[in-house]
Amino acid sequence: MRIVPLLLSAVCTIALVGALNKQLPVGGSKTPRLGYFLSPQHGFWQNADATNMDYNGEVRLDGLQGKVDVYIDDRLVPHIYADQDVDAYYVQGFIHAKFRLWQMEFQTHVAAGRLSEIVGKERIKTDQFFRRLGMVYGAENTQRYVEKNNPDMKAAIDAYARGVNAYIKSLKPEQIPFEYKLLDYKPEEWTSLKTYLFQMFMSYDLTARGATTDLQMTNARNYFGYSDFNKLFTNVQDSLDPIIPKGTVYAKPTIVPKVPKDVDTAYLNNFNIGSTATSPVVPQKGNGSNNWVVGGTKTKSGKPILCNDPHLGLNLPSLWFEVQISTPTHNTYGASFPGSPAVIIGFNDSIAWGVTNAGRDVIDYYDMKFRDSSLKEYWYNGKWVNADTRKEVIKVKDSADQVENMAMTVYGPVMYDHHYKNNSTGGKNLALRWTAHDAGSGLLTFYLLNRAKNYDDYLAAIAHWKCAGQNFAFASHTGDIAIKQQGTFVARWKRQGDFILPGTDSTYAWQGMIPVEENPMIKNPTRGFVSSANQQSTDSTYPYYLGAASNFPIYRGLTINRKLTAMTGITPEDMQRLQMNNYNVFAEMARPVILKYTNESLLTADEKNYISLLKNWDLNSEVDAKGATVFNTIWDSLEVVIYKDEFANAKNNVGWPDDPVLLEALLKDSAYSFADNINTDNKKETIADCMMEAIKLATAALQSIDKSGNLAWGTFKDTRVNHLLKIPALSRLHLPIGGGKHIINATTDNHGPSWRMIVHLTDDIEAYGVYPGGQHGNPGNKYYDSFVDSWATGKYYRLLFIKKKDAVSNPRMKWVITFTQA
Amino acid sequence: MKFIVSIILTALLAFAVGLFTTLPWYSFAITSFTVGVAIKQKSFNAFITGFLGVAILWVILAALKDIPNEHLLSSKVASILPLGGSWIVLLLVTGFVGGLVSGFAALTASFLRSKA
Repeated sequence: MRIVPLLLSAVCTIALVGALNKQLPVGGSKTPRLGYFLSPQHGFWQNADATNMDYNGEVRLDGLQGKVDVYIDDRLVPHIYADQDVDAYYVQGFIHAKFRLWQMEFQTHVAAGRLSEIVGKERIKTDQFFRRLGMVYGAENTQRYVEKNNPDMKAAIDAYARGVNAYIKSLKPEQIPFEYKLLDYKPEEWTSLKTYLFQMFMSYDLTARGATTDLQMTNARNYFGYSDFNKLFTNVQDSLDPIIPKGTVYAKPTIVPKVPKDVDTAYLNNFNIGSTATSPVVPQKGNGSNNWVVGGTKTKSGKPILCNDPHLGLNLPSLWFEVQISTPTHNTYGASFPGSPAVIIGFNDSIAWGVTNAGRDVIDYYDMKFRDSSLKEYWYNGKWVNADTRKEVIKVKDSADQVENMAMTVYGPVMYDHHYKNNSTGGKNLALRWTAHDAGSGLLTFYLLNRAKNYDDYLAAIAHWKCAGQNFAFASHTGDIAIKQQGTFVARWKRQGDFILPGTDSTYAWQGMIPVEENPMIKNPTRGFVSSANQQSTDSTYPYYLGAASNFPIYRGLTINRKLTAMTGITPEDMQRLQMNNYNVFAEMARPVILKYTNESLLTADEKNYISLLKNWDLNSEVDAKGATVFNTIWDSLEVVIYKDEFANAKNNVGWPDDPVLLEALLKDSAYSFADNINTDNKKETIADCMMEAIKLATAALQSIDKSGNLAWGTFKDTRVNHLLKIPALSRLHLPIGGGKHIINATTDNHGPSWRMIVHLTDDIEAYGVYPGGQHGNPGNKYYDSFVDSWATGKYYRLLFIKKKDAVSNPRMKWVITFTQA
Repeated sequence: MKFIVSIILTALLAFAVGLFTTLPWYSFAITSFTVGVAIKQKSFNAFITGFLGVAILWVILAALKDIPNEHLLSSKVASILPLGGSWIVLLLVTGFVGGLVSGFAALTASFLRSKA
């Protein structure tokens, strides 16, 4: 025995194994445990699915009541045929987990503020934010309510959870999804709470911009004063074409909210309430969607066609998962959420439905006065009231726990306090009032829509929907079409909740929720179609305040309504083209304004060049359209030139005016007070001066864009579908797709139509769909991104919606998994 | 002869212990060490046979996954690590990492057997 070399070699071996068994820091992140990750029998190689993988199988499940057959088609869409409803959800949970387990857990970890638990202390801020937003609090409230009041829904969600867990239990250590190996953690047990957490995540994504914009608006109002604020963040939209046609007569409101007597001094012009708080994450402004239904009078077949494309962040694995669920009670197809039972957007034998975001304001801050920093008592209606406390423990990988103690008030959790603030919240304690915290049976809406047979069923189903408010479009095989804006909406007085509200007495509290029957709706209108594109749902004669106009984009709705009005003899192919339409109606209105204020004789040759590209552009933001890039660059430059002097000295985050504000001002007025550069004492700049400066700025930018070969709109916009961890190698980059802001095809750089669906309500239901992803969540599977190219180029798949007896012999059905009782 | 037998035995035992995926990935260090103890070789040869046994095994096992996968995943992982997106390099790195651990384990064993 040679002791010294023996020891040396032994130490080397152990050190080597140790190093390969540890996550090593690289840049801002960590490597996987390399030895484990590379081990062919343990690590990532196990996730390299054969491209001709066989999905046939037999699964035995504890407590399954009957038999379930899952046929899987050539696009990896499962068709679940179950003898019992509850079995269908049991198996849906299993199937979702089989294809999307990591994503399901990751998304609910984000919602629950548990990212630090898996990635470490760099994500504490995000976790704190979600905890303090009351995400877990809201999910628990909803779960408690559903478990007490909706036995069918509870049974479905619990069965779903059992299915997910059955799949997790079936996994051998080497079979866990790729991302667990990359980040080095393991799947945990799925719980029903996670379904509610996912619902909270959607509520956050679709309504919680208000948690940021209310602060920005307050800051902007404090900085500009109420009068200028009103011009920059105006509540008037001249071009609006509302969801419910203008001129519709609304019934007298049940609730007439009382405006507090001191609203001017204590609220609108109270500049003492402010906050410099900023959120680490903000839902996308572009979160929106299109839906429309054309009735039989406008279609070639005489049957309605329903179309929907929800615009959300574009991610891999996709938010959506296609599925058909067929039981003796219903036969439904559509896009489901991995994490939730049932179909969310889809159709059955009798009806089809689709949703867009209502955009209504359902989240407010209240400025609270506490007796002392212990946050145990707060001042409310003239006396000190005890506050409850909610403790949120954030576990942190390789670090100590972070504990958040939140005071709970009559409004809700105190989100910002002296423990949790950014820069200075000015010692403010801001309580959050948000409808997503309120218990309710929202998910029952989809459960019932899956089974709906007609218009009455549809109305009854959506009446359960609380948050995030949606425009539910509807079509039936029998020819009815309808749209209704549904959710729990606050009966507000004008501007209530656009800024932080005084919280010391109940005068400023919400005075009631608008009765469901008074929500905007329309059925079988004479114009032959219904539509929504996140614009304000009604004109100003609707008796309730909808919320700040900046929540509502105008232009997509204009194009949709204009096109649908003109179209007749419509076919599903026409609708496909309309969903992919790249016409920019905003540019149609803005280009003449740009040209009107441009004095071409003063332009250089380069500038003239770009202006001529703009002039010759056909207003379609196609992939190769250079004019679209020129237009957007000039318009953005113009906004900067006009507003930057006014905004430059704001110390706090005050937001930025929306596109329509400037356009509508310039369309109305040849003098615009903000055109003047406040930093030049002896000169009063005109709109033409601003335009000149904007063109110079834009030309400089365009020249460098041009030089790098990115002047064409598609390459300039550079659309990508990011992996949820934003790892480029797992994402799809540089996709050739047009469209953008204000356009029906609302595809921006990483946001846009996340599921395009067209349902023609013929006897056997002719449906088309596509989403920018693939059915399999594994980056090592060929179905990971198999729809992306079709999605980018506007191709649709004919959705295979068939009965079980036909599934057996259908050539598109490739595999069968049978589920039986264990 | 010892040389070849060592390699084959190292690979076989590493493969066998690797089938028990609840055990840690580095369990083959023990089997490679055992082979080193059982078959007396010069230290250099012990290292080489230990290295080759697992390196070859790992490259073959990885390739058996990678080829039917048409390099879909390996190309992505080779961009993340980063190895320029080359699945060939990733296969070689995989073999090298496994081989190195095994080689050192076998080397340690050889010192146990060699005379002072």
